[in-house]
Amino acid sequence: MADKLAYLRETFLQPLPPPTSDNTAIGWLRRNLFASVTDSVISLIALVVVVWFLINVVDFLFVNAVWTGTNRLACATVAQGGTLPDTWHGACWAYVNAWFTQFMVGSYPRDQLWRPITVAILFVATLVPLLIPKVPRKGLNAILLLIVLPIVSAVLLLGGVFGLPFVETSFWGGLMVTLILSFIGIAVSLPIGILLALGRRSQMPIVKMACVTFIELVRGVPLITVLFMASVLLPLFLTPGTNIDKFVRALVGVSIFAAAYMAEVIRGGLQAIPKGQYEGADSLGLSYFQKMTFVILPQAIKLVIPGIVNTFIGMFKDTSLVSIINMYDLLGIVKASFGDATWLTPVTPLTGLIFAGFIFWLFCFGMSRYSAFMERHLDTGHKR
Amino acid sequence: MSKKLLSAVIGTALLGLTAHTASAGTLEDVKAKGFLQCGVNGSNLAGFGAQDSSGKWTGLDVDLCRAVAAAVFGDASKVKYTPLSAKDRFPALQSGEIDMLARNTTWTINRDTALGFDFRAVNYYDGQGFMVPKKLNVKSALELSGAAVCVQSGTTTELNLADYFKANNLQYNPVVFEKQEEVDAAYQAGRCDVYTTDQSGLYSIRLSLANPADHVILPEIISKEPLGPAVRANDSKWFDIVSWAHYAMVAGEEFGVTSANVDEKLKTDNPDLKRFLGEEKDQHIGKDLGLDEKWAYNIIKQVGNYGESFNRNVGEGSPLKIARGLNALWTKGGLQYAPPIR
Repeated sequence: MADKLAYLRETFLQPLPPPTSDNTAIGWLRRNLFASVTDSVISLIALVVVVWFLINVVDFLFVNAVWTGTNRLACATVAQGGTLPDTWHGACWAYVNAWFTQFMVGSYPRDQLWRPITVAILFVATLVPLLIPKVPRKGLNAILLLIVLPIVSAVLLLGGVFGLPFVETSFWGGLMVTLILSFIGIAVSLPIGILLALGRRSQMPIVKMACVTFIELVRGVPLITVLFMASVLLPLFLTPGTNIDKFVRALVGVSIFAAAYMAEVIRGGLQAIPKGQYEGADSLGLSYFQKMTFVILPQAIKLVIPGIVNTFIGMFKDTSLVSIINMYDLLGIVKASFGDATWLTPVTPLTGLIFAGFIFWLFCFGMSRYSAFMERHLDTGHKR
Repeated sequence: MSKKLLSAVIGTALLGLTAHTASAGTLEDVKAKGFLQCGVNGSNLAGFGAQDSSGKWTGLDVDLCRAVAAAVFGDASKVKYTPLSAKDRFPALQSGEIDMLARNTTWTINRDTALGFDFRAVNYYDGQGFMVPKKLNVKSALELSGAAVCVQSGTTTELNLADYFKANNLQYNPVVFEKQEEVDAAYQAGRCDVYTTDQSGLYSIRLSLANPADHVILPEIISKEPLGPAVRANDSKWFDIVSWAHYAMVAGEEFGVTSANVDEKLKTDNPDLKRFLGEEKDQHIGKDLGLDEKWAYNIIKQVGNYGESFNRNVGEGSPLKIARGLNALWTKGGLQYAPPIR
């Protein structure tokens, strides 16, 4: 029978030799960068541009940079009244050094600096264990970070009790303000955002309408407008002399905004959960809150981690809008420092902005990396 | 919107708590709270109102705040500063958030009348000027016909520029930008021949150029920008104190009294100076102001006279090195003139 089926092979083929491994660096280069003549030309041009750019950046940031000095003359060329050659172009780190305390805490009284430093240490000490999945007692840790720490920080930073001198918020500034605004914004926006998202999907008309109105109203107005109104118009409506702390105004504004955006992100997650999950939870006899906390939300929030972190990062950067109401956040204080005649040189603004940009990037990149880690860590379902 | 509502709710709540102290005048309010709340430049204008790297406020306007505090409390350090942008300076004063505004504010009739403020003292006579590269060899603004002029859009600067060139029958090409940094960059890149803005600003911009010595500031001033402190209208007692704090600094320079020699000058025989320093018997200048007789002495001792303040903040003693010009004493060809203190 076999001889009739011509398409059946009767013997095995000789095995082919193994493919030459090109998993080496050279192989990779050949495959990806120099596959054809055009590819090679483009690759070479790109390489030249990148190298040229890197050389300039390194030159500006490190090689030519001025690291020490007491005033603008340290970073000024001969033509500008200094001693550096006229062709010099480099970063003026001496200026960042002189302004460093300002950049970090603003004009917080210099003899009270231990207070923001203590708060920073407490913040790191409570945040880091919370972020590491293996460390136990997450509930206690969260309470410490989200409830105890803000109270302790407020007491420490503001003072006025326990013999601590009172420090007005108008003395606060720099990275401290950026971090406080965004931390409180993040801490407040997540729970409120969840409640709003649940409210928006609620069957109860009044709850639903209230949530929709709030979300749409807040999302419909730019943050910058609200901050501006709060700082310029609000005082005119109030009796002369009444003054709500600017910091509180900004804090409330930023938190409300973040909550509205967060609500929509979480609603997206809630909608992605199949109906069967809701029905399954119902059929087990779970109450509404049991259903949400044990079945729906853990799945929904896991789904929208990228969106949540996106909102966090956006908010972190949005806090620099508070310079509209003349509060000096990190970017605000860096910009304000350009007006310091002691350090006025052509390279000062560039150096300051590079510094501010680096700090912002550091935090945003950290958040983004952590969220990627968290996604992998929580990626328990839907695996094939 | 909801933010505003919420703030309004909080505000109303606070109102109930503080049982607002809407007393007769700003002086009483200031004395009661124990410090002066002074509105200054929030975008750090070098020489006028700026924070230094230790967080200390310095500048010509800041010195005026300190002078008022010295007059009221005998202590120039009893000032709290509210940094303000150009747009929120007036609401801040109207709402009572600040007691006085010393933020390089131009005294105009509109601000004096319609906006409900009072101006009198002028602590800096500014005006719009021109900066050109030295290599153009231009000596006067009248030689600028056909020039490309860099200017910031939407400012009175832009309008003044048009008026000036029209009035003098000169041609020009405006190169207009939204932001000051853009104007700076365009001028440095040579996209225009001339940079125009307030003259005091030109000096600090020149410092940030790559080759400051290659640029000259032309002598012409094409607009009047008298910068001075503002207070809310209809509070003449407070208005007097703020105005006379400035005049005391000018008078100090006229008398040749400085922070260094004021204690020696106390032994003077000059009756004018004795009155000024509060050494004359039975005088009541201070009392009439609502202050003590040592008010002017305290200003000179703690802040210095006008010349010292000018020199330290914007003049030869500062990186800006602005010439006295219009801000010299009247006896030296300037406009700074103190009415008699008697």
